[in-house]
Amino acid sequence: MRRQNWTPGWIDLDTPNAARMYDYYLGGSHNFAADREAARRAMALWPELPLIMRANRAFMRRAVQYLAAEGVNRFLDIGSGIPTLGSVHEVAREVDPRARVVYVDRDPVAVAHSTMLVADDPLTEVVEADLTDAADLLARPEVRRLLAPGEPVAVLLVAVLHFVTDQQAPHLLVAELRDAMPPGSALVLCHAALEGRPDQAGSHQEIYARTATPLTMRSVEQITAFFDGFDLVDPGVVYLPQWRPDDPESVDPHPERMTGLVGVGRRP
Amino acid sequence: MTATPDAAPGAAAALHEGWAELLDRQALSMHPRALRRVAATTSDLLHRAVSASPIDPAPVEAAAAQLVEAHFTDPRMLSGAVRLLQGLPLPDGRGGELAAAFAAGWASALRDRTLREQEAIRLAVDSARRGVEQALKASEARFRALFETAAIGIGIGDIEGNILAANRSLLEMFGARLEDLKDRKVEELVHPEDSPVVWTAYRELVRGARDSFQCDKPYYRGDGEVLWTHLTVSLIRDEGGAPNYQVAMMEDITDRYRLQDRLRHQATHDPLTGLPNRAAFFEQLEQLFDKAGPTTRFGLCYVDLDGFKVVNDSLGHETGDQLLIRVAGRLRSALTPMGHLVARLGGDEFVVLLEDSRDEQEAVCAAQTVLAALDEPVLLGGHRLAVGASIGVLERRVASTTPDAAVRAADLTLYRAKEAGRGQWTLFDAESNAQSVSRYTVSVRMPLALERGEFFLEYQPLCALADGSLTAVEALVRWRHPLLGVLGPDEFVSTAEDTGLILPLGRWVLEQACGQAADWSRRFGAAAPQVNVNITAHQARSRGLVTDVNRVLRASGLDPGRLQLELTESAAMGPEDASVEILESLVGLGVSLSVDDFGTGWSNLAYLRDLPVSALKLSGSFIGDLNGQEDLNGQEEDGTTGPGSEDHVGWRIVSGVVSLAHTLGLTLTAEGVENAATAERLRRLGCDWGQGWHFGRPVPPSEIDRRIAEGPVRGATGLP
Repeated sequence: MRRQNWTPGWIDLDTPNAARMYDYYLGGSHNFAADREAARRAMALWPELPLIMRANRAFMRRAVQYLAAEGVNRFLDIGSGIPTLGSVHEVAREVDPRARVVYVDRDPVAVAHSTMLVADDPLTEVVEADLTDAADLLARPEVRRLLAPGEPVAVLLVAVLHFVTDQQAPHLLVAELRDAMPPGSALVLCHAALEGRPDQAGSHQEIYARTATPLTMRSVEQITAFFDGFDLVDPGVVYLPQWRPDDPESVDPHPERMTGLVGVGRRP
Repeated sequence: MTATPDAAPGAAAALHEGWAELLDRQALSMHPRALRRVAATTSDLLHRAVSASPIDPAPVEAAAAQLVEAHFTDPRMLSGAVRLLQGLPLPDGRGGELAAAFAAGWASALRDRTLREQEAIRLAVDSARRGVEQALKASEARFRALFETAAIGIGIGDIEGNILAANRSLLEMFGARLEDLKDRKVEELVHPEDSPVVWTAYRELVRGARDSFQCDKPYYRGDGEVLWTHLTVSLIRDEGGAPNYQVAMMEDITDRYRLQDRLRHQATHDPLTGLPNRAAFFEQLEQLFDKAGPTTRFGLCYVDLDGFKVVNDSLGHETGDQLLIRVAGRLRSALTPMGHLVARLGGDEFVVLLEDSRDEQEAVCAAQTVLAALDEPVLLGGHRLAVGASIGVLERRVASTTPDAAVRAADLTLYRAKEAGRGQWTLFDAESNAQSVSRYTVSVRMPLALERGEFFLEYQPLCALADGSLTAVEALVRWRHPLLGVLGPDEFVSTAEDTGLILPLGRWVLEQACGQAADWSRRFGAAAPQVNVNITAHQARSRGLVTDVNRVLRASGLDPGRLQLELTESAAMGPEDASVEILESLVGLGVSLSVDDFGTGWSNLAYLRDLPVSALKLSGSFIGDLNGQEDLNGQEEDGTTGPGSEDHVGWRIVSGVVSLAHTLGLTLTAEGVENAATAERLRRLGCDWGQGWHFGRPVPPSEIDRRIAEGPVRGATGLP
């Protein structure tokens, strides 16, 4: 029995929500006053945030396209939020129309939204589960079917692990997912890094501390360690714009300003 | 609308190039190829619009909608587009017209998109809330099912103790409806057998000082029966941590308690007749002795059926058992209404216990009731069985005896009743009792008893009346007789005296008492009491006494000043008696002497002057009559001279003895002091020491240890 069934929470629109703030940064309207208020405060301190979010979406798009081209056509997007701008199933299907996607989020509103969005798509499913209870997440039938032996799966942890605190042991959670992934599977990771904008890290973490999802930025070493047991795909762990850019010429000379460290690893 | 051939080719190139650049600046996450596709499609649409005259708004709106759809929603996108379109080298100010059409189309598309997204997210929220509500309902249904169908009783109350809800099990346990319980408060559910800690814990819980407690607690059911529960009460706090509700969970353990009761009933009741058995009777008797005050009286009727053996032998055990059942029933129905306990001691022996009896007459009345109850023959299997009984009746003050001695005395009295002829009762008589005891037991068994260590000593405190401090203890010999139980000195000493056995017994007592006193001296020093040892007339005349005392003192190391020998006046003070010489020798050893039971014998006051004694013990029988009243001041309002008055003749005699003792330089001890009032009056009269119920009964030496260790805090009028 799932724990949340014993003590169901309540949907509170007065508390800023990370998925809806993200939507706002991306220019969407899937958000409420409290979300916008929090996002505007963050942007006042750090005007590049919308650009960072777009760079983040662009990375995800490039990674999904890369993996789809490599023959991976199963995707598990954990912390999928409100996937309107370049959602995984749309990007993947540009390469392989049979691509299957399972979206996972712990926010019931994001889950409800995604469910409505993909209601008519037989190859896409949405699951309400929490990464911090990896055993429960992996036990869900939709997830188990996707991770069934044989086919490689791309597990996306894009801009989600920094919402897992150190007490919740993120490295153990990733290892738990890794052990459930069939050989050839891939880990796609994007994580807020301390080194990118040390001047912004403190105040930014403070803003998120007031949301239901506090933010923990991590070091390059800590982020690279998530790839234990994976073979890193070139160019390894780099800043957002540096990972296989569409146009190498166009990469900004200060990619660290995009603050997110990213990487893709494959299970041997 | 017609195509305008004069649309400048330069404007088309500027539009395509500038448009692609504008979109690229938005830095969306699109692949560059996709971006180029969007730029080409939308700039084509715009171009098509300006090719018509006037400008065709439809392709402009389509372009704007496509851009908004592709997430080009940033206001900077619009300002850039307006600037670009206005600046196009088009004739007739068409650039401005194009820019205006685009702005309108973009705003409209963005508004649509915004509304659509807001609606979508609202729907998502509604959907999510429905899910949560369902989960809440499911959860509530689960908890409700759990609550309703739980085998344990669950009740919920507020902090004021109002009962708000109770589940089916609880209502069944209480045999009550919820409405009945809702009218009541938790605090009203008291039961006399509640452990006192229950309500302390409850009060701590409701004020938030504890979160739960567990206990076994009885309740009254709706039908008045008792419900025993194993109870757990938990506190539910609100979000701020303040006490909010209490939840009681209870398991019905009534059966377990009934089983315990039944086991106890089996252990304390005779299975044949259902009467309390020997163990229950003695327990009751001992309780009576434990809680009795100095003047409490009690009575015993020791009943033995006449001729029961004949019935058993001639008609068989079955009939015998049936007869016992009938007899038991008759005794119970005749005596229980009088408030007396009837028990079966075994065989055909029954006993009636009278608690708080008034006098002997009441016990005799009980005995007569027993005989009357058995007067009518018992009809059994066609036989008319005439059942008679013999009864030994005893009625005494609790303070004057012990449970064992009382039962034994009643038993021996019964034997006298049997001897006197059947079907009658006989009243206890101390002298006859002592004779019976000696005849049955003492003379034959005593030499052996000494060898076997059946004797032991108890010590009774003597206290200074001035401050209640323990000054001396009197050693009293007891005989743990294997058949009769514990015998007191009055039951065997006179026989021992007659047979000469008193000499070895006396030596043994002296050795024990001096050894014990020496031990106290070593351990407690000056706080150790003097020890008083009784010497009988026979001993006092024995030349060996001085040698014995001397030897015992040396062997024990006891300071002779700590030993006092008590002699009865009648025994030790014959004028011609050679014992004076012996007494002088004893005093020569450093031992002190006292006259015991002063006032009961033939007190030759003249000789008292010549005897080497240093103390007098005024007989308890003197004080006994004066104990009856509690009035400390002794001022009777009507001015009569009752026992409460200083002028009462008893008190005047005591006062006289005090003067006499002090004139002769003797310490005066009053025996039989039963209450604080008497102690206080004796103190005021100048009496030195007191002994009796008020200061403590005879106890094992360990108890004296405790008294010494407690120190002299005990007030003269304090309880023993």
